[in-house]
Amino acid sequence: MTDTHDLRISAIRNGTVIDHIGGGLALDVLRILGVHGIERESTVSIALHVRSGKLGWKDIVKVENMELSPRTVNAIALIAPTATISIIRDFTVREKRPVTLPETIEGIVRCPNPNCISNQGEPIESEFAVTRRHPVVLTCVYCGRAVDDFLRHLA
Amino acid sequence: MRLGKGLWVPRPSEGRMSLKGRDLIAIRDLSSDEILDLLARAREMIPCAEGTRVREPLNGRIVAMGFFEPSTRTRLSFESAVLRLGGRCITIADAMASSMRKGESLSDTVRMLTGYADAIVLRHPNEGAAQLAARVSDKPVINAGDGAGQHPTQTLLDLATIHERFGTLTGLRVVLLGDLRYGRTVHSLAYALAQFGAEIVLTSPPELRLPEELRSELERSGAKVQMEGDIRKAVREADVLYVTRIQKERFGDEGEYRKVAGSYRVDLPLLEGAKERLTILHPLPRAGEIAPEIDRTPYAAYFRQAFLGVPVRMALLDAILGGGPAAA
Repeated sequence: MTDTHDLRISAIRNGTVIDHIGGGLALDVLRILGVHGIERESTVSIALHVRSGKLGWKDIVKVENMELSPRTVNAIALIAPTATISIIRDFTVREKRPVTLPETIEGIVRCPNPNCISNQGEPIESEFAVTRRHPVVLTCVYCGRAVDDFLRHLA
Repeated sequence: MRLGKGLWVPRPSEGRMSLKGRDLIAIRDLSSDEILDLLARAREMIPCAEGTRVREPLNGRIVAMGFFEPSTRTRLSFESAVLRLGGRCITIADAMASSMRKGESLSDTVRMLTGYADAIVLRHPNEGAAQLAARVSDKPVINAGDGAGQHPTQTLLDLATIHERFGTLTGLRVVLLGDLRYGRTVHSLAYALAQFGAEIVLTSPPELRLPEELRSELERSGAKVQMEGDIRKAVREADVLYVTRIQKERFGDEGEYRKVAGSYRVDLPLLEGAKERLTILHPLPRAGEIAPEIDRTPYAAYFRQAFLGVPVRMALLDAILGGGPAAA
């Protein structure tokens, strides 16, 4: 965390920094985090429109006292494929890795087809195959419906 | 039973010739070779389907028919196929008479059927139902229609009828006429025809065009696809005319249905100038799209098509459950 721009929002003792989010996407990342619940004791800091060598402009989200589940990281990879996740412990970066889009997405997006069996109250999670990566297109493994506007269909 | 993760995801079936124990959820579960193999086996089954020869590879087997949506031809031809092969059926023919009426999930119903039978044939009003059943059950699941989704055995018998008439599936000009938007049979058929190099002509009211997604996919797969608004021209140049009923039950709005109801009809004047070998197919039931006078012409193949449902489903059940040559 040597980037001086990061100092505009305070450093965190423990938690997760989601860096290199494409410019303007931080609020969508927050929606994803919101989906799965931010812990009561967590403070969330956001930096919007930060100058970035790689991206031109980027957004940053810092979440205190929370390490993200693989499922949440997958969801972030959906909307912010350039993001990196850093795990902070005692002000030190313990682990830093880029997000990677998995081959399947489970439970994060719901199928936009109202007649799909995954929308009928069956004891199953929605599941999509990532059938295109640039730009991302998901395909429901049950009914075959393709989804590219998945932000509108977050579960 | 299946390792493939989804309907539209490439399947590891290419080159595999054994159907033993496999599910059939969508026509794309089958490679072109497997389709041709099934059609050949269906031809061999015709005398058994007619009752002039007896073969009972399903002796001692039980097949569960889970029909949660009305069906005449599909259910009866599956039952006939099982019985002709010496097997027995247990049938849910009315969802309202099953525990689903009490709120039981499809998943639980399928688990129950799994314990009672050696294979499950499923028709259900929701897209993806058969895929769900295949994930829940460790017995083979055959999709007999899932909402507006897939109906692979209908496609197999459509192909069997075309193949019986022409001796090939390649190089034919096939006109798909009618409800191309909601008609699940045409979606699967168009995909299969594309694999065999047929020329596909789409003729429909504008409201009922083939979904753009599917059309692009067909074109990406190298299929020759064209739209023809002039139904007379389309019929004149066709080898096969595949007519579908407007799927009233798939319309959310009665007004939308009324706008397109009765917008096309195949009758004798329309067939003036048609090729001598023109073959007219229809998945049935029909609701006025084909005039009864056509039934008496050599063009009509739709009742033969309905009959072929039995030998085709026999061939499939034998391959999946029996000990025939296609089963390892």
